[in-house]
Amino acid sequence: MGKISLKNVTKAFGEAMVIPSLDLEIEDGEFVVFVGPSGCGKSTLLRLIAGLEDVTSGVIEIDGRDATEVPPARRGLAMVFQSYALYPHMSVRKNIAFPLKMAKMDAAEQERRVTSAAKILNLTDYLDRRPGQLSGGQRQRVAIGRAIVREPAAFLFDEPLSNLDAALRVNMRLEISELHQSLATTMIYVTHDQVEAMTMADKIVVLHAGRIEQVGSPLDLYRSPANRFVAGFIGSPKMNFISGAEAGKHGAHTIGIRPEHLALSTTEGAWQGKVAVAEHLGSDTFLYVNVNGMDPLTVRTQGEAGIHHGDTVYISPDAEHLHRFDASGKTI
Amino acid sequence: MATAHSRVAARFMISPAVLLLLGWMIVPLSMTIYFSFLSYNLLMPGMEEFIGFTNYRFFLTDPAFFAALANTLLLVGGVLVITIVGGTALALLLDQPFWGQGIVRILVIAPFFVMPTVSALVWKNMFMNPVNGLFAHLAKAIGLEPFDFLAHAPLASIILIVAWQWLPFATLILLTALQSLDQEQLEASEMDGANFGNRFIYIVLPHMARAITVVVLIQTIFLLSVFAEILVTTNGGPGYASTNITYLVYAQSLLQFDVGGGSAGGIVAVILANIVAVFLMRMIGKNLEA
Amino acid sequence: MARRVSNRRKTLVTIVAWAVGIAIFFPILWTILTSFKTEAEAIASPPKFLFFDWTLENYAEVNSRSNYFLHFMNSVIISVGSTLLGLAIAIPAAWSMAFVPGKRTKDVLMWMLSTKMLPPVGVLIPIYLLFRDSGLLDTRLGLVIVLTLINLPIIVWMLFTYFKEIPGEILEAARMDGAGLWEEVVHVLTPMAVPGIASTLLLNIILAWNEAFWTLNLTAAKAAPLTAFIASYSSPEGLFYAKLSAASTLAIAPILVLGWFSQKQLVRGLTFGAVK
Ligand SMILES: Nc1ncnc2c1ncn2[C@@H]1O[C@H](COP(=O)(O)OP(=O)(O)O)[C@@H](O)[C@H]1O
Ligand SMILES: [Mg+2]
Repeated sequence: MGKISLKNVTKAFGEAMVIPSLDLEIEDGEFVVFVGPSGCGKSTLLRLIAGLEDVTSGVIEIDGRDATEVPPARRGLAMVFQSYALYPHMSVRKNIAFPLKMAKMDAAEQERRVTSAAKILNLTDYLDRRPGQLSGGQRQRVAIGRAIVREPAAFLFDEPLSNLDAALRVNMRLEISELHQSLATTMIYVTHDQVEAMTMADKIVVLHAGRIEQVGSPLDLYRSPANRFVAGFIGSPKMNFISGAEAGKHGAHTIGIRPEHLALSTTEGAWQGKVAVAEHLGSDTFLYVNVNGMDPLTVRTQGEAGIHHGDTVYISPDAEHLHRFDASGKTI
Repeated sequence: MATAHSRVAARFMISPAVLLLLGWMIVPLSMTIYFSFLSYNLLMPGMEEFIGFTNYRFFLTDPAFFAALANTLLLVGGVLVITIVGGTALALLLDQPFWGQGIVRILVIAPFFVMPTVSALVWKNMFMNPVNGLFAHLAKAIGLEPFDFLAHAPLASIILIVAWQWLPFATLILLTALQSLDQEQLEASEMDGANFGNRFIYIVLPHMARAITVVVLIQTIFLLSVFAEILVTTNGGPGYASTNITYLVYAQSLLQFDVGGGSAGGIVAVILANIVAVFLMRMIGKNLEA
Repeated sequence: MARRVSNRRKTLVTIVAWAVGIAIFFPILWTILTSFKTEAEAIASPPKFLFFDWTLENYAEVNSRSNYFLHFMNSVIISVGSTLLGLAIAIPAAWSMAFVPGKRTKDVLMWMLSTKMLPPVGVLIPIYLLFRDSGLLDTRLGLVIVLTLINLPIIVWMLFTYFKEIPGEILEAARMDGAGLWEEVVHVLTPMAVPGIASTLLLNIILAWNEAFWTLNLTAAKAAPLTAFIASYSSPEGLFYAKLSAASTLAIAPILVLGWFSQKQLVRGLTFGAVK
C-alpha cells in the first residue's frame, strides 16, 4: 500500500519560506510527477516525504498513519537520487542488497531478491562490478535495483534522468514506466522537464515557488490549464500569449494559444506577419513570426511547409483552443 | 540538510571532542593564570601567597626577557626568510621537468621527518663540532681556522638547524600551490609578450601569495615554540644568547622551580602567539567559505 | 600539461636539481653512512665517504647498552596509541560537522584550531603538576593523553576536509535504506573515507613520533620515547658519532618511510585544508 497525504505542510529554511502551506493526496499505485522550474521546491517536497527533512508544520500521513515524526528508514519508502548515490566501495550486488542487510534479512532471501531485481534490470552480468566501472545508465539501474528489492510502499525519484544523455534518457523513461506497470507501486517522480512529466505521469503536480499551481492528468493540464503559469509550462513549444486589444476582443486580459493551434496560410488569415526564423524538423516546422503589435508568435505546422525566412504569412487562431486569462493570470 | 533527529545525533557525536579540548584549554590555562599571581616555588611547598602582578613585573623587566624576546623574533624571522626565499626558489626548480623528479622531491622533503632532537644533535656534533665536525674538516682542508659555531654564533646556528627542518615544509606547500597554477594562464601571458621575470612577478607570485601567507603563519606558530633544538644544543647559552621565550619559561619553571614566574612567562607567550593566531585564523576561516 | 622543453635545458635543470636535493639530504645521508663506521673512522680526518669498513656493530651496541628497543616501543605505542584514540574521538566529530552543519559549525572548527595555537609553555606547569600528582609523569598513558589532545584539532580538521568531499546524498541513501546512525558511519562513511582516514592516521603518527616538547618534559626514563632518548645523547655520548648515528638512523628511518608515502596528504593536513 502506498497512499500518501500531506496536510498543511510548510517548510522554512531559517527565514526563507520554501513551501508555504500545501495539501496533497497521492493515491496508492499512482505515478505522480512533481514538475516545476528549478528552485521551486520540488526536491524539498520530496525530501519532506522521505523524512530527510523535518516539516516546519503540518502532517504527513502514509497509509493513514501519521508519519511526520517517523525517521526515513521506517517510512517504508525507497528513494533514487539524482547523483544515484551508490556506495562506491561496494559491488553492485552489495549495493542492491544493502537495504536488505540493514533489515537483517536472511542471506538466502537477500540473494533471491537481488537476483530477481538484477534480472528485471538487466544487471545480472554486472553484479560483481563496482559502481565506478559502470556506465551512467547502468548506475541508474543499480540505484533503481536498490530501491525495488525493499518492496517499498512508494518510490521517490529526484530528477533521476538528468545526468544521462538524451537517447538514454528516453530509454530509461520507458523502463521506469514499464516498471511502474509491472509493480503497480506508488511512484513520486520529480523533474523540471515537462516532457518527462507528460509522458510518464498519471497525475502531474505543477509547483511554482513552493505552491501547487494545478494537479491533474497530463491531458487535463494540456487542455485546461488553471492559470497562465501552467499554460506556459506545459506543452512544447510554449504557448503564445497575447495581451492588449486583441485579448480585449475576447473579453480577457491575456489570451493564450498553443503553436499547434494556429492555422497558417500564405494568402489570408486573422493576422499578417513576417517569418523571422523557420526551423525545419522534417516531421514538423516551427516558425517564429513577427506580427505587428504582438510579441513574436511561434507556429507549428505538420510536415515540410515550404516557407522560409522573410516570407509573409497569415495566421488564424483556432477559436476552440483559445485560452483566456484575467489580470491575475487565472483562467476565465 | 538535516532533521532534528540527526541534529541531536550530531551534537552527541561532537561532544567528546569539544569537551576534551575545552578541558585541555580551560583547566590548565586557568591554573597557569592563577599561578602567575602567586609567589610559588616548588622547592618551598606550602608557602604560596597571592602577590598580584609582581611576577609579571619581574618577568617583563628581567633583561633575560628582552634577550629572549629578541632571540624569539630573530629565530622566527630568520627561519621564515630562509624558508620562504629558499622554498620559493626550490619550488620553481622542482616544478621544471627533469629526470628523477620524484626522487629529488623525496630527498628534499626528508628533513621534515627527522625528529628535532636527532637533527639538532646531528648538526651539533657531526657538522658544527669545532674539532671533529665536518665543517671543521672542511675549514682545515682549505686552510682556515675551524669555527665554533655553537659557542660563537649560537642563535645563527640554531636558526640554520631549524631552517633546514622547515625548508621542506615551505617547499612542499609552495610547490603544491605552483602546480595548481593554470598552465594556460602562463601561456596566455607568454603570448602577451611577458618574459620569465614578468611572468614570475605578475602571474606566479600573486598566485602563490595565499600559500606563502599560510606558510608564514603556520611556521610562526610552530617556530614560537622551538624548544628541543635549543635544549640539546646550547641549553639557551652562552648566557641568554640562544634562549627564546619558550626556553626561558621552561628554565624558570622546571629548572629554577619558580612556578609563579614561569606561569607569568607562559601567559606572556600565550598572548604573543594569539596575536599571530588571529591572522592565521582569518586566512583559514576565509578558506572555509570558498 | 607538460610543456615542450629542450633537452639541453632539461639536462641542466636535472644537474642543478639533483645537486640541491643531495645537499639538502646530505645530513641524513651522512648520518646513515656514519652509523656503519667504527668510532675511529667516524671522526677520521679527512672524512671517509664510502670507502671504509662497513660494520653493524654500532646497531648491536646501541641496543645492548641502552635498551634501545624499549624506547622504540615507547615511541610506537605513544604515537600509534594517541593517533588511534584521536581518530576514535575525531571521526564522529568530523561526521557531525561535515554532514550536519549548523550555524555554529564554523565557529567550533575555528575554535578547535585555536587550541592548537596555544603555546605549550602556557600550560606546561599545570600539566606537569597535574601529572606529578596523579602519577602520570613518565608513563606512556600520560603521553598518549597529551599527544591525543594536542593533535586532536589536526585530526578533526583533516577528516573534516576529507568528509566534506563525500556527497551527502550517499549518506541519505543509506538512511533511506534503513541504516541507523551507527550503520551509516560504519558501513558507508568509514569505508568511503578510508583513504582520507589512512592519510590522517599516517600524518598524525609522524607528528606524534617527532613531538619533542611534551615528550622531553613529561618523561624521564621508563616511558621516554626516542625523541627523549636521543636527547640523552646530548653529552657526552654525542661524541661517539657512530653510535649517535646508529641510534638516530633507527629513530628516523620508520618515519622517513611513512613520510614519503604521505607527502601529498602532508600539505593538506598541515595547512588545515587551506592548500590542497
Ligand atoms: N538546506 C537548505 N537550506 C536553505 N535553503 C534551501 C535548502 N535546500 C533548499 N533550499 C532552497 O529552497 C528552494 C527550493 O529548493 P529545491 O527544493 O532544491 O528546488 P528544486 O528541487 O525544485 O530545484 C531553493 O530556493 C533553495 O535555495
Ligand atoms: Mg532539485
